[in-house]
Amino acid sequence: MIDTDIAKDVKRYTKMYGGSLIAILQGIQGKYRYIPEDAIRIVSKKLNLPLIDVYGVITFYNSFSLKPIGKYLTTVCLGTACHVRGGKRIVDALSRNLEINPGETTKDLRVTLQTVNCLGCCAIGPIVVINGEYHGQMNSVKAVSLLKKIQETGDEKITIARRARGAQKKNIEKRGS
Amino acid sequence: MEKLPPAARSKVHIRITGCHGFCETEPNVVIYPEGIFYQKVKPEDAEGIVKKTALERVIIDRLLYTDIHTNKKIVHEKDIPFYKKQQRILLSRNSLVDPTHIDDYLRIGGYKALSRALRTSSTEIITMVGKSGLRGRGGAGFLTGLKWKLCSQSKGDEKFVICNADEGDPGAYMDRSLLEGNPQSVIEGMIIGAYAIGSHEGYVYVRNEYPLAVKNITLAVEQANEYGLLGRNILGSGFDFDIKIVQGAGAFVCGEETALISSIEGKRGAPRQKPFYPAERGLYKKPTNINNVETWANIPLIVEEGPEWFSGIGTETCKGTKIFSLVGKIRNTGLVEVPMGITLKEIIYDIGGGIVNDKKFKAVQTGGPSGGCIPKDLLDLPLDYESLIRAGSIMGSGGMIVMDEDTCMVDIARYFLNFLKDESCGNCLPCRKGIQRMHEIVVDITEGKGKEEDISLLNDLAETVRDTSLCGLGQTASNPVLSTLKYFGEEYISHIKDKKCPAGVCRGLIHYSIIEGKCNGCGLCKRFCTEGAVEGEKKKPHYIVEAKCIKCGVCIDSCKFDAISVE
Repeated sequence: MIDTDIAKDVKRYTKMYGGSLIAILQGIQGKYRYIPEDAIRIVSKKLNLPLIDVYGVITFYNSFSLKPIGKYLTTVCLGTACHVRGGKRIVDALSRNLEINPGETTKDLRVTLQTVNCLGCCAIGPIVVINGEYHGQMNSVKAVSLLKKIQETGDEKITIARRARGAQKKNIEKRGS
Repeated sequence: MEKLPPAARSKVHIRITGCHGFCETEPNVVIYPEGIFYQKVKPEDAEGIVKKTALERVIIDRLLYTDIHTNKKIVHEKDIPFYKKQQRILLSRNSLVDPTHIDDYLRIGGYKALSRALRTSSTEIITMVGKSGLRGRGGAGFLTGLKWKLCSQSKGDEKFVICNADEGDPGAYMDRSLLEGNPQSVIEGMIIGAYAIGSHEGYVYVRNEYPLAVKNITLAVEQANEYGLLGRNILGSGFDFDIKIVQGAGAFVCGEETALISSIEGKRGAPRQKPFYPAERGLYKKPTNINNVETWANIPLIVEEGPEWFSGIGTETCKGTKIFSLVGKIRNTGLVEVPMGITLKEIIYDIGGGIVNDKKFKAVQTGGPSGGCIPKDLLDLPLDYESLIRAGSIMGSGGMIVMDEDTCMVDIARYFLNFLKDESCGNCLPCRKGIQRMHEIVVDITEGKGKEEDISLLNDLAETVRDTSLCGLGQTASNPVLSTLKYFGEEYISHIKDKKCPAGVCRGLIHYSIIEGKCNGCGLCKRFCTEGAVEGEKKKPHYIVEAKCIKCGVCIDSCKFDAISVE
């Protein structure tokens, strides 16, 4: 049974973006936090594209997901500058703490852990983005602590204490990776 | 501003601008006309800056930049070493405009070039761009004037121009800064180019990881439309041109021009065989001219100031300036705009201030995943397309990642191979399987499972992938491996023969321990260690149980006394 809400949304996005498959999918991903199967079928029919082509586009591009994204989308930048400043340590620490691998979502759908190849904020790296809020000069300890605080308080604009930043500046100067 | 008395408000004009380039010291406030430069400004400093400096020209010392060599405070932007050797023909305009107000751009002479161009023949414009010597700033360095000429000569009454803003090289954010800070300059360049080539429809393809750039260029297009600078009969010339904004969806390969075209067409970003080149058959199989953001931004300057002015900057074969993102283990992280031909040494030491914490410079990586690592011996290399290729790297889009003695070059090769393995479109075998196999071999080396014959196998694989891949991603994928093998071969040997990682990075080959003399037993590392690998009593030096230690580095991140040793 095709979801009528999804059908309405696909119709709306098609009107907004014409025949642009990727833009329509971006609209759906933005609203539903993933691409539901119903949406794939409706878009395929609406744009007169084979299902496999639509599926191929979804699975090709990193910003689309076939499974729902968690409440807190946590993205760690692994651009080269963040990498040499210890970005991988942050990913690994969050991965161990959440008991999921990058690209996965916790069973309770609270947190999705992702990596991204460069956000272009290298001066304040390593960066962690949580639901669109950028947190710079992170390290493994601060990242785990920050995510925990955000989940506890629900305040996505919370930041880590100033004192910790001084330690982090020193840490950038230590061995990375 | 709200707290100021009304009389004072007419004397102070506040403008929110794009990036000034000296990212390490941001947030910045610069007070004109003198160019008084304040760094690391906080919201609570705002009132003092307006009342004391803007109104009374009283300097607030603690907000001034301190020269790391002389230890003296510097008042004016132009005297700061970071800016002195730069030639900021593009980025200087970021400081003068609010990117969300087209009037600011008009006020500094914006769109004068377009006005001039529309009164000139398209052939003359193309000749002008050719004479300037401008080469594509996206990485390939193809002569822009020649590209435009080829596209203009292609048969077809429907042509497209595209701005490639899919800046995917990790560590590179020059295009982001231009698009966020001065989007009108890019639009003006595109209109001039479209007029010269005979196109009436343009696209700006921006990566979706740059939400502010998407927002600002979208607004800029709207405002340009409102002012009659886009749309029908631009400035009464009879020329029509529209721009659409397309967002990327997270695929590095879409920075390659034919993959980008596929993406605009709504398909997977799989590159196409060339020839045909986009100038002949591109978007929807029509002649298409694609240029990089920085290339487009240079066009209004060339038309306004003249091609001779532009070609007077730089070297014999590389004209104009180039913006580089100077990042990594460098003191002065930021965007630097320098004349072509400046040396790496000048950028890293005179502008960049050298390595953080006075560590030893090891290498500078240029050209992103398609580039290579340049060692200390080659620091006098002039920055131009040809010199970098001879050194085993490329100019690329301008990312410049500085690495120090604590960077493992084998790990760097692994990092780039991992990146490219994930980003490969998978279409052709050499790229899809070749990169995967190279990655597996290098991972084995980093884990102490490498064998002597791995080096020659890596070389063979690298050459095959380079020579037989379909597109630029595969063709340059071997550069990080080949350049690190060439200049840092001894590190590979150390990993393979001695099972050691000299830089102390590769987890399978290092050991963590606590330096007794530095540890005061605060217990932080023990608290944060998830493996129970740290033991010790409160206020007494702790120690690490090697069998449990997974070398995750959390103890290093938590220690405030630098007491963790890595060998």
